[in-house]
Amino acid sequence: MPPHPETWLKVRPDGLYCEPGDFFIDPLRPVGRAVITHAHADHARPGHDAVLASPETLALMDVRMGVGRAGAVQQALPYGEPISMGEVRLWMEPAGHVLGSAQVAMEWRGSRAVVSGDYKRQPDPTCLPFVPIPCDVFVTEATFALPVFRHPPAEHEVAKLLDSVALFPDRTHVVGAYALGKAQRVIALLRRAGWDRPIFLHGAQMPLCAAYERLGIPLGELLPATVAGKDKLQGAVVIAPPSAIADRWARRLAEPVVCNASGWMRVRQRARSKGVELPLVISDHCDWDELNQTLDDVGAPEVWVTHGREEALIHEAAKRGIRGRALRLVGYGDEQEDLAEPAAA
Amino acid sequence: MIAFADLLERLVFTPGRLAKIALLRRYFATQPDPDRGFGLAALTGELAFQAAKPAMVRALVEERTDPVLFAMSRDYVGDLAETVALIWPAAPSNAGPPRMTEVVQTLLSTPKSELPAVLAGWLDASDASVRYALLKLITGELRVGASARLAKVALAEVAEGRIAADEIEEVWHSLVPPYAPLFAWIGGGGPRPDPAGAPVFRSPMLAHPLEATDIAALLPSAYRAEWKWDGIRVQLVATPHGRRIFSRGADDISQAFPEIVEAMEFHAVLDGELLVIRDGEVQPFADLQQRLNRKAPGAKAQRDYPVAVRLYDLLFDGAEDLRPLPFDQRRVRLEAWHARHSPPRMDLSELIPFATVDELSVIRDGARAASIEGLMLKRGDSAYVPGRPKGQWWKWKRDPLTIDAVVMYAQRGHGKRSSYYSDYTFGLWREDGELVPVGKAYSGFTDAELVTLDRWIRNHTIHRFGPVREVERGLVLEIAFDAAQRSNRHKSGVALRFPRVTRVRMDKPAEEADRLDTLMRLIAGATQA
Ligand SMILES: [Zn+2]
Ligand SMILES: [Zn+2]
Repeated sequence: MPPHPETWLKVRPDGLYCEPGDFFIDPLRPVGRAVITHAHADHARPGHDAVLASPETLALMDVRMGVGRAGAVQQALPYGEPISMGEVRLWMEPAGHVLGSAQVAMEWRGSRAVVSGDYKRQPDPTCLPFVPIPCDVFVTEATFALPVFRHPPAEHEVAKLLDSVALFPDRTHVVGAYALGKAQRVIALLRRAGWDRPIFLHGAQMPLCAAYERLGIPLGELLPATVAGKDKLQGAVVIAPPSAIADRWARRLAEPVVCNASGWMRVRQRARSKGVELPLVISDHCDWDELNQTLDDVGAPEVWVTHGREEALIHEAAKRGIRGRALRLVGYGDEQEDLAEPAAA
Repeated sequence: MIAFADLLERLVFTPGRLAKIALLRRYFATQPDPDRGFGLAALTGELAFQAAKPAMVRALVEERTDPVLFAMSRDYVGDLAETVALIWPAAPSNAGPPRMTEVVQTLLSTPKSELPAVLAGWLDASDASVRYALLKLITGELRVGASARLAKVALAEVAEGRIAADEIEEVWHSLVPPYAPLFAWIGGGGPRPDPAGAPVFRSPMLAHPLEATDIAALLPSAYRAEWKWDGIRVQLVATPHGRRIFSRGADDISQAFPEIVEAMEFHAVLDGELLVIRDGEVQPFADLQQRLNRKAPGAKAQRDYPVAVRLYDLLFDGAEDLRPLPFDQRRVRLEAWHARHSPPRMDLSELIPFATVDELSVIRDGARAASIEGLMLKRGDSAYVPGRPKGQWWKWKRDPLTIDAVVMYAQRGHGKRSSYYSDYTFGLWREDGELVPVGKAYSGFTDAELVTLDRWIRNHTIHRFGPVREVERGLVLEIAFDAAQRSNRHKSGVALRFPRVTRVRMDKPAEEADRLDTLMRLIAGATQA
């Protein structure tokens, strides 16, 4: 009988550790060997000795933290190409979260675990869709694991934005979106909806958008919002970090309509407390239905929940005979980014 | 219901008045009859039926959801209707969401016992935003954050300048949902609806604040003076078809003041000030507030806070429209009318004799009662014209009281101010050296001062609680206010009327700000005690 994954995949203070392969997945502190699921700050931290990630993730980490700072030795692993790490066979498949995001599949002595990192099932024009991998243990996040979170199609939300732009043609629509992934997805969706005018960017959004373009995701004409005059920004769409949209930075805009693209916008109080005038429910995480659909798709008898609302998900999984385990890993979750003090940009 | 739900969704989050009007205008301009009429009724609170109790909604959702997950969700979201709107499980259905008209008509005709099934069917066919609007409508909890006045301004915009919002106001209370004649008139396809004796609201005449430059040009003999009372301006309308009390903003507040309605044994339209008057003395606004907070006051509230109307003007005597007459003639008619009817709970606003502006100025400064805000000056030859015609009526508020207070907390403003910390809670020093909050101010400063204040707040924050920052005790503001009143709802025991920032005292050390004692001595009537 194959060994249960809990005998070889363990929670350590530095994060999830694969013993027979001697590596960590998305470690919270610098380690000897790190496998990184995607380039978001809570998963990809700098300063490891050796780093393994998808080529896109490595490229985005270079942009985010500076070339070479992710780790002394860097190995790019394309999707679907198995390699050996110690006694472990490891490969990656798309997670559908942001460009380059990957699930890490590991096999040891006939037992298979999949760490999904962050993922979603909604289509996203800027990255490959999530691929379900059958496994014995599926490791998932649970950011939006409550049945009140059901993300409408993102196209619907972008249509709402464009409708508002038409109704208020003299005002700037400033959309709060994380610099990595969400910003590019919103831009790509706007392009698909026919918005071909220049889109203005907060300074913090420029380098990652440029990187996406280099990696083959066309975003159309992008201009810095900082140098555009107020009159140029009338009727324009500006993308900025969520922390900047209702703060000092936004004063340069023309009577801004403050929009925010986030799964949290589904709940009114969340939108209101951030001073958002047009909430856009666009998320790069699974909603309740996607999470449960995924548990069914991978068919794992056991699911481990890294962070988020694990109670609800474990409760729901138990009803279908799936065993749940809360890992309670601290240090993950986009909320922290939400609360960050605005940069001076 | 989709368009209405979309509108609701946007109105709730939109702080700007103009933006709200634009959203309303588009809704009225694009939605068909009678949907838009019922939408208008829902927005203005005219559809205030409570067809379902929250308990019914809860029972319905409990049949469809896991109780553990529902409890977790309810905990997270807070509001019941919102939780149900979000958690309601999708049921594949060919039916689209119901139209506004269908919802209203069904609610009026469906027996209570069948309502759960009807509601469940609607919820199945709708998305979260429509479900939310439906649940709020059905439970009578639809609060929009857009006043009835804004809806009328938006309707006037639909008429593209042919009809003023005030004209809509004047026919409004004779109309019932879904307002087909109103929309026909606005759209240019029908005549002005005829109120035909219905007790409708007439837009009131308003005064300009008297500035120092206006005072010099004032010709004393042309003006009449009255006290400006600190109550709420009301319009009493009694016709053979009914009796109404309207607020200045055209809200029907009759139900809150049944004793006044009862006293309206006449056919006339009067302009006056609603006040709490005890033993002939006008009481502070805080007392009136006790009545305004109650939709249907019991016997005790009526006894404890006895209300009366101090009459300013007579607009209609029976069916006769006196508004074109000059003020002096209306005043003669008002006095004669009052003598003839002597209605209970109504007295006349006294005319204050004066010969010169200086004399008037002394009278104004001499009035220290908290219930007096200052003086009203009305031209003797002024006709009663809606709005604020130039040079006709002036309000001359007495000089405010001031204190130097210390900023304790700051909160972000709304709309254009959402990037600034523009709402300040300020406090005064108590005997024992503790700083106690006495009020909140969010106006009075210039844009340049706001930038300075905002920067100071950000650089001197010691704690953050959500949108609120607690700051070092280091910034003194000069606060002006119209009156100080005793209050047991405030920790300090005192409440201020209209506090605003008049000076930013960067120069003044916090220890030298005023003491609470100083403020307590300014409380109206405190000197006699
Ligand atoms: Zn992520
Ligand atoms: Zn994450």
